[in-house]
Amino acid sequence: MLIELKDVNKTYNNGQPLHVLKGISLGIDSGEFVSIMGASGSGKSTLLNIIGILDNYDTGEYYIDGRLIKNLTERQAADYRNRMIGFIFQSFNLIGFKTAVENVELPLFYQGVNRHKRHELAMQYLDRLGLADWAGHYPNEMSGGQKQRVAIARALITNPKIILADEPTGALDSKTSEEVMQLLGQLNREDGVTIIVVTHESGVANCTDKIVHIKDGIIGRIEDNREHRASVFGSSTIMK
Amino acid sequence: MRLDIDTYREIADSLVRNKSRSLLTGFGVFWGIFMLLFLMGGGQGLKQVISSNFEGFATNTAIMLPDRTTKPWKGMKEGRRWTMTYTDVERMKRMVPELDVVTPITSQWGQEAVNGTNTVNANVKGVYADYRFIEEPRIKYGRYLNESDIAQERKVCVIGKRIYTSLFPSGGDPCGTMIKVGPVYYQIIGVDFSSGNISINGSADESVAVPLPVVQKIYHEGNNIELLCVTAQSGIRISSLEDRMRQIMAREHNFDPTDKEAMFVLNTEQLFAIIDNLFTGLSFLIWLVGLGTILAGIIGVSNIMMVTVKERTTEIGIRRAIGATPRDILSQIIMESISLTLVAGSFGIVFAVLLLSLLETIVNGRPDAMPADFQVSFWTAVISALLLTVLGVIAGLAPASRAMAIKPVDAMRDE
Repeated sequence: MLIELKDVNKTYNNGQPLHVLKGISLGIDSGEFVSIMGASGSGKSTLLNIIGILDNYDTGEYYIDGRLIKNLTERQAADYRNRMIGFIFQSFNLIGFKTAVENVELPLFYQGVNRHKRHELAMQYLDRLGLADWAGHYPNEMSGGQKQRVAIARALITNPKIILADEPTGALDSKTSEEVMQLLGQLNREDGVTIIVVTHESGVANCTDKIVHIKDGIIGRIEDNREHRASVFGSSTIMK
Repeated sequence: MRLDIDTYREIADSLVRNKSRSLLTGFGVFWGIFMLLFLMGGGQGLKQVISSNFEGFATNTAIMLPDRTTKPWKGMKEGRRWTMTYTDVERMKRMVPELDVVTPITSQWGQEAVNGTNTVNANVKGVYADYRFIEEPRIKYGRYLNESDIAQERKVCVIGKRIYTSLFPSGGDPCGTMIKVGPVYYQIIGVDFSSGNISINGSADESVAVPLPVVQKIYHEGNNIELLCVTAQSGIRISSLEDRMRQIMAREHNFDPTDKEAMFVLNTEQLFAIIDNLFTGLSFLIWLVGLGTILAGIIGVSNIMMVTVKERTTEIGIRRAIGATPRDILSQIIMESISLTLVAGSFGIVFAVLLLSLLETIVNGRPDAMPADFQVSFWTAVISALLLTVLGVIAGLAPASRAMAIKPVDAMRDE
């Protein structure tokens, strides 16, 4: 098991205590393409934050590759995030005053990779995603799909074990959404990257091989979707 | 901290992104360091300009001058005049062994000095050879009066700078020339170019120094002397001797020793102390104003950095999410703060140095100005640059700690 959660609980204590995750147990193998689906407020984003070591949990155990992720120092957490996890966000979260290639380089900068090498690597990844010509452009000069592909390149550049995508298509139109999902699928198939997508869109979830339904902080049903038939709207489109 | 070209580029980028904001914030620091250095240099120059007025003047000197008595004494009424005589010189030397030099002066004002067709108004100053220890002459040509000139009562003189330039407009060495001053001719033996502005019976510029016995004979002064200059031996403060000298004079010349106004005593030690205090006060003020202005500038930097951090919450969150440690964020913010203060401050230092050298040129360009040094030293500039770095760190602390508190989750939440 690459990712293993055992009875993970999380309560937010902002005024009224809010028990968001009520004993989540989940295992994800290396090379899986999984979506976590649920309505807003279901706890799916909290779960993603915990998996991504962006947030801590109260009780339970969480292992990545057999390593217990608990009570980490900020420094360790930053290091794990940097080396093991690549993030893709709904709003792309590129840094606006950096060019595409600089954005892709950034994780390597924090690893201390030298300037020349990280530039070379970043160009390789951009090229692979068909954005080599856009390397010198700033995010606000690019379309949503291009931005998301830059973000994907940034997530991939450290060669992480897991890619976490939080509503990766939330800000894209249906055609681009489809392209992005196909790209993720391709990465999963060809490179064997483990990808976890959090979404509330069944069409997006349908592109993945396994759908984890989460509702009110509890995992409901885990659906095998290798046939990609989960969506009521058909297997080939993402309805918006 | 990762030292990399990109680290610097990133700092430069983030400062340049908000040009006007960085500029306005930097101006506070710029102005602060400029004020501090400019005032320091200006104060130092001013002090030198003022001190140059006392140049060549012994600092441990007292000048005693007889005046009217203001108290009745031994049956004599107040308001009586008295005069000092030759014998007072020896008396002072004997009775106050702590004194180093005791030398009398008597002078005649408004004497016309003539050389051919050139004339000038001069002050004939009868002095002893050891007067040079009181007011140090700066001999341009020839020599100062010596013991033999006095003993043999030679009719020789040392002329001041203004007398020289008036009587010898074409310049050259005037020694040996006979000039007429008042009723008699003197041979010039030296030219004194000292230009201090302290004047004992007229400044050295406009004086013709002549052996004292000669003046007494020519002007029928008998044994009288006008005033007495004394210096204390090194290590002894002249103020501590003042009372004893007053007592001695009072006993000899029959006035009340408690009658402070019967004898006027000018104590240069006190004079210098006053000026010293003035400048101590002035430099305190300079530091207060200069440091205060810098501090205001630094607080401005800190404030703006605070706003910047707030604005960049998302960006910092993203950086944290993709692997920046809190330390990376801390160093980034502090480096930005240092860069802003250091760049702005360096301009302040350069501007202050330029303006000071301009001031120096103007002040020293005046005719017959004593050269004064307005420029701050190299080390002062280096130390101010270091100070700026330290202040930059301090200014960055509060914003950096706020930036470190940003959790990566916040970046996503802020959308």
